[in-house]
Amino acid sequence: MDTLRDKRVVLDDAAISRTVERMAMEILERHQGGDNLALVGIHTAGVPLAHRLAARMKKTADLTVPVGMVDITLYRDDVFIGLPHPIVGRTELPFDITGRPIVLVDDVLFTGRTIRAALDALMDFGRPKCIELAVLIDRGFRELPIQADVVGQALQTTPNESVKVMLSEMGTVEDQVMLREKP
Amino acid sequence: MDIPEMRHLLGLEDMPADQITSLLDLAHRMKEIGERPVKKVPSLRGKTVCHFFVEPSTRTRTSFEVAAKRLSADTLSLSASTSSLRKGETLLDTAHNLQAMAPDILVIRHSAAGAPHLLSRHLKAAIVNAGDGSHEHPTQALLDMMTIREHLGRLEGLNVVIVGDIAHSRVARSNLFGLTTMGAHVRVSGPATMLPPQIETLGATVCPNMEDAVEGADVIMMLRIQKERMDNDLFPSDREYFNLFGLTRERLRRARPNVLVMHPGPINRGVEIAPDVADGAESVILEQVTNGVAVRMAVLYVLASRHEETA
Repeated sequence: MDTLRDKRVVLDDAAISRTVERMAMEILERHQGGDNLALVGIHTAGVPLAHRLAARMKKTADLTVPVGMVDITLYRDDVFIGLPHPIVGRTELPFDITGRPIVLVDDVLFTGRTIRAALDALMDFGRPKCIELAVLIDRGFRELPIQADVVGQALQTTPNESVKVMLSEMGTVEDQVMLREKP
Repeated sequence: MDIPEMRHLLGLEDMPADQITSLLDLAHRMKEIGERPVKKVPSLRGKTVCHFFVEPSTRTRTSFEVAAKRLSADTLSLSASTSSLRKGETLLDTAHNLQAMAPDILVIRHSAAGAPHLLSRHLKAAIVNAGDGSHEHPTQALLDMMTIREHLGRLEGLNVVIVGDIAHSRVARSNLFGLTTMGAHVRVSGPATMLPPQIETLGATVCPNMEDAVEGADVIMMLRIQKERMDNDLFPSDREYFNLFGLTRERLRRARPNVLVMHPGPINRGVEIAPDVADGAESVILEQVTNGVAVRMAVLYVLASRHEETA
């Protein structure tokens, strides 16, 4: 599976920290007062990112924003070319999403299909006031009409490149966003 | 990924431990879907699941039906009385006719052991054994293992006692295969007429006496007395059976304090199990039903995704 080779570091530990801070500020600005706001991370990397954003908001605005998570495996449109032993992550929304502004959080925005699936998953839990999208990296090549509202960094890529986000919560030594390439 | 791919679910006899674990993990996630306001995910949209129940069944069939619907599959169902088997058609002919309707998965229950295996050799659909005679009932054993794991956190090293008509029980066989693969110790108990010879060779310890069997047990599984499978009377009376092998509060005291009491249903109160035990705090009988749906969702999901790739 790991036939990709590392090309260059897009964001290092410090840069990720700054970017997350800026994203948190942008989300706060968009939601003056942040009433009822909730964050929902998409498995896997979106979940720790959502928690980091919430921690930032707590620190800068003393605002407690609840965090949920969705797994989109069962909502994918490519399940039948999927893995032999599908691993479905936890979906947990410890608050009622109905009537709330929700910010979906993911690490990389690429084709938009994951986001489409996440929107479907969320809708099964209620009727949010609105849903916005925040991503750490937007690497282009959309296949659906989906755009992010808050972008950490827009990145020019080619189709045979891949962007890997590594966060310490997922067991890596340090935070890093790596651009990789098929040899 | 060195877990072998699953084309059909025919039994647990040859299923490796990591495959069982992977199915149970998936079932655990599937369970959450049943707790949502919208109890449905679109993953099997456009797939057809055919439930072919040649032997009567209400709960297993309903459970499979609910599982398929929660995954958005289309379902059709045939029973012995509505199928042409009544008109003299052979099982294989009926099955070929079903195949012509192109189901992706065929769930079959049949009174003959090996019927699902026969179909798996002739049909394109993925086959799920929903009980074949006295042979296997893999989804029941998976849901039992799921329930045990949820409560006790593991399967390895547990003492699991299966009591009742072991000889006629596909539930006992599938559980015996699955549980021993997962490292549990399985004891069986019941009237001598209901204990198959050589059952020790499958890894079970035989305890002819119920008191010995439940001593220090982590889990007690009571089997239903299946009168429909008995050719002649294997025990003198319901009352005698209850006196010797019925699960009473008194017998339960010999087990571990946090013992689980299980039963695949439908229960015969006062025959296999005392009513106060069936309704007691140790009983997880209704949870087994809930977990049954989750386990069947996991099985259907895995088989549907495999089928496409290898077809």
